[in-house]
Amino acid sequence: MADTELREALKSEVDSIVGDDYKYGFHDEDVAYAFKSEKGLDAKKVRAISKMKKEPAWMTEVRLKAFETFLRLPMPTFLDPAALKEVDFDDIYYYMRAGGEQQKDWDKVPEGIKRTFDRLGIPEAEQKFLSGVTAQYDSEVVYHSIKETLEKQGVQFTDMDSGLREHEEVVRRYFGTVIPTGDNKFAALNTAVWSGGSFVYVPKGIKVDIPLQAYFRINSKNMGQFERTLIIADEGSSVHYIEGCTAPTYTEHSLHSAVVELIAMPGATIRYTTIQNWSKNVFNLVTKRAMAYAGARVEWIDGNLGSKLTVKYPAIYLMGEGASGEVLSVAFAGKGQHQDAGARIIAAASNTSATVTSKSISKQGGRTSYRGLVRVLPGVENVKVHTVCDALLMDEDSRSDTYPTMQAEEKSISVGHEATVSKIGTEQLFYLTARGISEDEARLMIVNGFIEPFTKELPLEYAVELNRLMQLEMEGGIG
Amino acid sequence: MSERLLVIEGLHASVGDKPILKGVDLAVDRGEIHALMGPNGSGKSTLSNAIMGHPNYRVTGGRILFEGRDISGMPTDERARLGIFLAFQYPVSIPGVTVTNFLRSIVKARQGEAPAGEFRKQMTGAMKELAMDPSFAKRYVNDGFSGGEKKRCEILQMSLLKPSLALLDEIDSGLDIDALRVVCEGINKTWNPAMGLLIITHYQRMLDYVKPHHVHVLVAGRIAKSGGPELVARLEAEGYDPIIQEALGASIA
Repeated sequence: MADTELREALKSEVDSIVGDDYKYGFHDEDVAYAFKSEKGLDAKKVRAISKMKKEPAWMTEVRLKAFETFLRLPMPTFLDPAALKEVDFDDIYYYMRAGGEQQKDWDKVPEGIKRTFDRLGIPEAEQKFLSGVTAQYDSEVVYHSIKETLEKQGVQFTDMDSGLREHEEVVRRYFGTVIPTGDNKFAALNTAVWSGGSFVYVPKGIKVDIPLQAYFRINSKNMGQFERTLIIADEGSSVHYIEGCTAPTYTEHSLHSAVVELIAMPGATIRYTTIQNWSKNVFNLVTKRAMAYAGARVEWIDGNLGSKLTVKYPAIYLMGEGASGEVLSVAFAGKGQHQDAGARIIAAASNTSATVTSKSISKQGGRTSYRGLVRVLPGVENVKVHTVCDALLMDEDSRSDTYPTMQAEEKSISVGHEATVSKIGTEQLFYLTARGISEDEARLMIVNGFIEPFTKELPLEYAVELNRLMQLEMEGGIG
Repeated sequence: MSERLLVIEGLHASVGDKPILKGVDLAVDRGEIHALMGPNGSGKSTLSNAIMGHPNYRVTGGRILFEGRDISGMPTDERARLGIFLAFQYPVSIPGVTVTNFLRSIVKARQGEAPAGEFRKQMTGAMKELAMDPSFAKRYVNDGFSGGEKKRCEILQMSLLKPSLALLDEIDSGLDIDALRVVCEGINKTWNPAMGLLIITHYQRMLDYVKPHHVHVLVAGRIAKSGGPELVARLEAEGYDPIIQEALGASIA
């Protein structure tokens, strides 16, 4: 069958699936906008999303199957059932065209968030972008010069929708291979309705020496609710990807559910740094997983602030001999917040190692949990996994728990777990105030010291921002 | 400038519900070095903590005047900024905070922001005098420090903060003889005629290096005896018992 014929056939097939209801709508901006205002999800909408994006049929199929899976899968049971009951799948907008995203009104962005922006020293143009008031942050020049440098090296770095259009074969080959659709209810939902996110491909042997970050701040598609990211580092290459920023990400959406898949081919290194600071109405349910093949290394540097509930356990599958991994995370839970974070290390090959360092801070009744899994598959030998969980409680009302799970039968493995819970102590505060530092400043110094192992891994501007953000979080109301 | 630096009048202090200090009177003038000695549990550390305003040490009576102001209700950080320094018997570790950043913060709190270059020069100079390796500045405050390193770090802070009154709470404990000499040299270099020093110690050893003008013996929450340097030698020879007996005799009479 000739190419054009095939495309026509697919088109008519898609049209027949999508049906007449949507046939008219999406050629027209106005109707698209009308679509935006419809809440809830059904198969028709899933098809419509795919059609609007002019996706290949296989992706439409992937989405539809994922939607069925989403309906079938139960809510995660390991969490407090009450925690997720507020997530109302029928009360969510699943897709908005880029145009639709711009309809937000700057005046409606809460004053508190604007003040935080100001205090973090973020320029107004970028503030508006971060709030979703404008879709483009005005630093195209920076973006283009970075992109040119990368293109010379053959590095593909684009939003996921463009990635699918421009590198369909690569996406088709790897999409959903790290996190299968049926992995969990939220991964299935993301697969059905994903939009935006990043696509990165680094060719063999290429070391990308600048962190891929500036792009994120200037590309609104990444700020979506169901972003999908796929990073492939080919043999012997290395890349550092940074998503998010310390500024609070204001969104009217109550659900953020991303899927991030990393593939580190033999000898490759991927570092993925996240700092998320969602506004405090958001359920942040994210699935992140990496495959590290022989001699490869994957590092998740994961900072979670904001949100009402965050559920996130970055995972590393050690797939080949000599693979190694690291998960370094910080979670901050203030009043009414629950950070349920952790890490999962699965050793599927011998002579592999991983370290997990989890730091959490709870304040004013905030709750942090560490939920970890270390699994060594049968027959796999010489594996070293070391986990350290440190929790800092700012007051009596706050709470921290650890739920480590280990599944390892082999003898020649070393799996260690250390956990400490400390309270900001009278003696520490007295020592610092006895040197003339105010009590608030002393608390901040202790907190910033506590997360220093995390902060020192960040690029300087992020580290500075994070320390300032901690200051804002710590201010007002220890009581 | 008034000569009177610290005046303590009839000070009573409790830890929890337990009264420890039961009417302490003490005055330290500028240019004076005082040694406070006494058996374990006599209230020496309670006195230094009460002067500094530790939240667990409650002043239940009397006054603490610093440069003529009653500071007994004042928050600890304000007292420190007025120029009172306490060298801790057990310095507390602050993981993740480097010595450099810590010192910069405390100097800033006391003296305001100094140009970075100037601060660094002061810090390296002071560290050199205390025979501290430059790598020390990169370590986390008191985190994994040996006993001697902790005490040096206390004196390092004192020399940078230039307090007008320094309380040294058993700065000699846990030090070998070489470290003791270095620490005492650091104290002598920092001390000046505008400054008052109150040294809390068990041993004569330290007072061979830092010569006190006045010596007090604290027994059961009261100053049982005050005198000149000769009192140190007497304590060393006879122990606390005769003084305790004298004090008891006096209170019976």
